[in-house]
Amino acid sequence: MNTFFTAFFDNLPQVLSGLGVTAEATVLGAVIAFALSFVLGLMAGHRNIVVRGVSRTVVEFFRGTSLYVQLFWLYYALPLLTGYQLSALFCGVVAFALNFGAYGSEVVRGGINAVPRAQWEAAVALNLSPYQRMRRVILPQALAQMIPPFTNLLIQLLKATPLLWLISAADLMTVIQQLRDRTGESLIAYVTLLVCYFIIAYILTLLMNLLERSAKARLGQYTGTRGLFRTRSAAGAETVPVVPTGGAS
Amino acid sequence: MATDPLHKTTAESTAGAGRPAGTVPHQKSGTPIVHFDQVEKRYGDHLVLDKLDFEVKRGEHVTLIGPSGSGKTTILRLLMTLERLSGGVIWVDGEPLSHTRKPDGSLRAATEKELRESRRKIGMVFQQFNLFPNMNVLRNITEAPITVLGVERAEAESRARELLELVGLGDKVNAHPTQLSGGQQQRVAIARALAMRPEILLLDEVTSALDPELVAGVLDLLRQIAHDTDITMLCVTHEMNFARDVSDQVLMFDSGRIVEQGTPEKIFTDPEHKRTREFLNAVL
Repeated sequence: MNTFFTAFFDNLPQVLSGLGVTAEATVLGAVIAFALSFVLGLMAGHRNIVVRGVSRTVVEFFRGTSLYVQLFWLYYALPLLTGYQLSALFCGVVAFALNFGAYGSEVVRGGINAVPRAQWEAAVALNLSPYQRMRRVILPQALAQMIPPFTNLLIQLLKATPLLWLISAADLMTVIQQLRDRTGESLIAYVTLLVCYFIIAYILTLLMNLLERSAKARLGQYTGTRGLFRTRSAAGAETVPVVPTGGAS
Repeated sequence: MATDPLHKTTAESTAGAGRPAGTVPHQKSGTPIVHFDQVEKRYGDHLVLDKLDFEVKRGEHVTLIGPSGSGKTTILRLLMTLERLSGGVIWVDGEPLSHTRKPDGSLRAATEKELRESRRKIGMVFQQFNLFPNMNVLRNITEAPITVLGVERAEAESRARELLELVGLGDKVNAHPTQLSGGQQQRVAIARALAMRPEILLLDEVTSALDPELVAGVLDLLRQIAHDTDITMLCVTHEMNFARDVSDQVLMFDSGRIVEQGTPEKIFTDPEHKRTREFLNAVL
């Protein structure tokens, strides 16, 4: 057998632990980013201009500064200010969460804006409070629309995790990189990495497609089984809007 | 018509003295549940409603007719507080709808919390039904009674089932809105509005989006509700036969003004105004 694969299987525990670190960074980063998306996205639609301004500033800052730089800053620069060294994984999760949370807030904002105005009006006519309107009527409908763009962000987040190698977290990239250095098999090592990331990304896509399908079914929009295996979202192209928007006379 | 000195709103109307609206005392007897007092609505430079004055008595069924763009729907939307007034005051049961009285008696725009208080008496049915697609039929009807009025779930559901029986959809309790025809969706929307026990029901062209064969069923249902309940109804419609059957009062609108107002017999058989005759000739 090829020397790389020999090393790969000999060091399987390290490889698996690398995979674990990648998974941990992806999942933790995504969960926090998801929560942050809602906080920032809802703030962006707030009546109060100060609240909107805070959201805008945070979003623009984290979208406008490089993820690499944020990562380095958290890992190398912040300890100089605080005197306290954060773990590489922790820095990674925080940087991913802030960066993708900023992008995600736009997804939330867009999803909310995509719910027809008529739905807000029906909720007002039933005297729901602003919170109840959002919680009971708008968000459940917006969520289904948000899933495809959130899937894209999740995949991008996964593909950003190899950056952890730069701050020496023992993620999948780092472990395979070490095996390559030891065996000199660059070609096979990097093909293996490509395949690994592709498989993880595809699994995530399938899971998100399932989620999207059940969210749309709850809105009475039924999508075919074939759509489950697609990797790029057709963002509702095959679905009919449930509520047509009407004009006022 | 006699002036009723004990009438609550007479004194209250004058509380808004110092501004053009709110200074005109009520001239009619009976309790006006809705009183448009010099109401103005503009979108930018476009004047949609021009110093509009009219009253609706409790339990009365009023139909608003007129060409599209004449401001009929805007009146309902203002009453539902979906739009903000540009001028004037709407009084509902003697209370300003979208204003709040300041201690000195003058009025200021109401806050969202105060608007929620005002909306309690009013329900609305929309042209496009606007059922919530994230809820089944039963939840569409029970959601607001439970979350807004604090009704127990079991009680809200049994009332919802009664209402669904009333609108002829007793078998669609667990259906999803998208599984229903337009006419059925509109019946659910009517049941949903009734579940909040409104004193005033606003019907905004509720049959305009329906296939022709479904219109009659929905209108029959509304006739029944008009007949069996004491709910005050304001109705924008192009169904003149329906307007003739259920209305106590018909208001003919053109360009944001009432051009003629009277009983359906008067308006439909002997309209005084040329604009009304033209309109009726065109639609009948």
